[in-house]
Amino acid sequence: MPLALEATDLACIRGGRLVFSGVSFRVEGGQVLAVTGANGSGKSSLLRLIAGLLRPSGGSFRVQGGTEDDGAIHYLGHADALKPALTLRETLRFWSKVYRQQGRVALDPDFDEAAEKVGLIHALDLTVGVLSAGQRRRAGFARLLLSPRPLWLLDEPTSSLDRDGEALLGSLMRGHLSGGGMVVAATHQDLPIEAHATIHLGEEP
Amino acid sequence: MPTLTELANPTRFLAFSARVQPWLWALAVALFAIGLYLSLFVAPADYQQGDSVRIMYVHVPAAILAIGCYLLMAIAALGTLVWRHPLADVAARSAAPLGAAFTFLGLVTGSIWGKPMWGAWWVWDARLTSFLVLFIMYLGLIALWRAFDDPARAGRVAAILVLVGTINIPIIKFSVEWWNTLHQPASILRIGGPSIHPTMLYPLLVMLAAFAALFASLLFTTMRAEIYRRRIRAAEMMAAQSMGIHTRSAEAV
Amino acid sequence: MFLGVTGQTLRLGVRAGGSAIVGLIFFLAVVTVIPFGVGPDLKLLARIGPAVLWIAALLASLLGLERLFGADREDGTLDLVIVSGEPLVLYALGRAAGHWIATGLPIVIAAPVLGLLLDLKPRAMGAVALTLFVGSPALTLIGSVGAALTAGLPRGGLLSAVLVLPLTVPVLIFGVLATYGAISEPEPFLSPLLLLCSLALGSLALAPVAAAVALKLSLE
Repeated sequence: MPLALEATDLACIRGGRLVFSGVSFRVEGGQVLAVTGANGSGKSSLLRLIAGLLRPSGGSFRVQGGTEDDGAIHYLGHADALKPALTLRETLRFWSKVYRQQGRVALDPDFDEAAEKVGLIHALDLTVGVLSAGQRRRAGFARLLLSPRPLWLLDEPTSSLDRDGEALLGSLMRGHLSGGGMVVAATHQDLPIEAHATIHLGEEP
Repeated sequence: MPTLTELANPTRFLAFSARVQPWLWALAVALFAIGLYLSLFVAPADYQQGDSVRIMYVHVPAAILAIGCYLLMAIAALGTLVWRHPLADVAARSAAPLGAAFTFLGLVTGSIWGKPMWGAWWVWDARLTSFLVLFIMYLGLIALWRAFDDPARAGRVAAILVLVGTINIPIIKFSVEWWNTLHQPASILRIGGPSIHPTMLYPLLVMLAAFAALFASLLFTTMRAEIYRRRIRAAEMMAAQSMGIHTRSAEAV
Repeated sequence: MFLGVTGQTLRLGVRAGGSAIVGLIFFLAVVTVIPFGVGPDLKLLARIGPAVLWIAALLASLLGLERLFGADREDGTLDLVIVSGEPLVLYALGRAAGHWIATGLPIVIAAPVLGLLLDLKPRAMGAVALTLFVGSPALTLIGSVGAALTAGLPRGGLLSAVLVLPLTVPVLIFGVLATYGAISEPEPFLSPLLLLCSLALGSLALAPVAAAVALKLSLE
């Protein structure tokens, strides 16, 4: 049964301010939804809302179809959730332990494979603190590979990336979509993949 | 013998210390051999304390070196902040654990020395308590150094703490003595009264020289280790950089 | 997940900038400073010694907990743990467990050694070690609730200690009672110790739940 994320009339109030309202969309498996809008228009808030980090002040959303596990989400936010004192390998090991057993991809125990896929194979034993912003972004991508989850919520995924990094993001997204996954990405710039649908937040009625 | 400014180059320091260290070790061993022989067999036992007074020959040099090390760190701190000598903060950072170790040795030997007379391992004697405070200051410095990722920045911040502490040490000593005399008579740990008998003085001086030589050798060892550590860190940063993207600036030593 | 979080907390605590060493130094500093206020009367110090060690351990534990969850909230780790769908209770318990092993356990080991400074007899040192071993996990767990409550606040550290201090009073009371009970014959030892154990077990059951709820609520 095909997966779909359906949102109806979502509204969000933060700090007493109405950030957005009346947001409705439907994303199906294998599709990309782009969320655009000016700064402060609520792109990040929308993603956090779907991720379950914010409560909607109106409307609802749900994931249709699939098994119970298919409510699982990968969220890539502004903060990279990397501890500078740990090495990349230790970081990946930690996150692979966080994700539940059945959702875990059988990666090699030293995470060479994941690091290879994002081009950080030589950085595995370096402490995360010495990595650049672009490399940290790639480390975040590696985290996405640790566990197969149908919905990817990406907040400005292209920031800090050079052209190679954008190409990498594109190939990762393509792989995810071909497996039936969905991507909702908030972005200023063009995504490396053509979005199937776009929502623009902050338009005046 | 290279001057201080010539030694400011870490590579030259590494070469210099590699040449000098074996001699320092030999000197330390020789002095310890002589000093231990003198203190254990030649020096007289105290009429009051018996043989246990011999621990003074370890306790006093350790205490003197604990303070001396801190003064060395204070000079190094000035070197970091005022003259920007590149090895000054390496010296200070490497000296701190040694100073802490000597202070700890002084505390333990002082405690052992005093136990037969006090009946307790510790009586908050003014002088020993000041040393306990000094020990905590050393530990704090070591913790402060470890808290920073960037060694150069850590060095500057720690240098300020060292200088603040230097001003404070006489004040602390004075206040602790004042605190102690309110409740107890003066400390029992006296080194034979106002003037030290020569038979006690010479072993003491030899042991002091031995400790100083040991300190110098150990300091060179720890400084070399610190320089290598920083080089490894810089290499790591360059490794990350060589993957094609900028990293933060690596201040290689 | 629990073992992963515990291991990571332990690793972070021990590395440069971690709380393990600093907590221990703080413990030593407090034990040193109290006689400066009280005076060097050795008999008095020996009498209040166990209490001094307990109070110092309490303060060192509470003040070291401030950044337990705050760092996770700031760098986005908390977001990801919540989104992962795994039980937040295990995460809170893991952070507390790792913190105790890195900070609390060294304090438990150091306490009898510092008892030397206060002229404690071996029996008293043993009693302090035992009661701290049972009681310090309770202190860490209760403190973790405070840390979770103030995770979002930039200067939450001292506030979390203040919030939690009243809650730790029973642990302190029974810990000190049990210690003195072990030292002086007529005073009871077993009953305060058992009460201490029950406090520890109770906090083990309740504190992670409270911390998890607090963390989730602090998100908005």
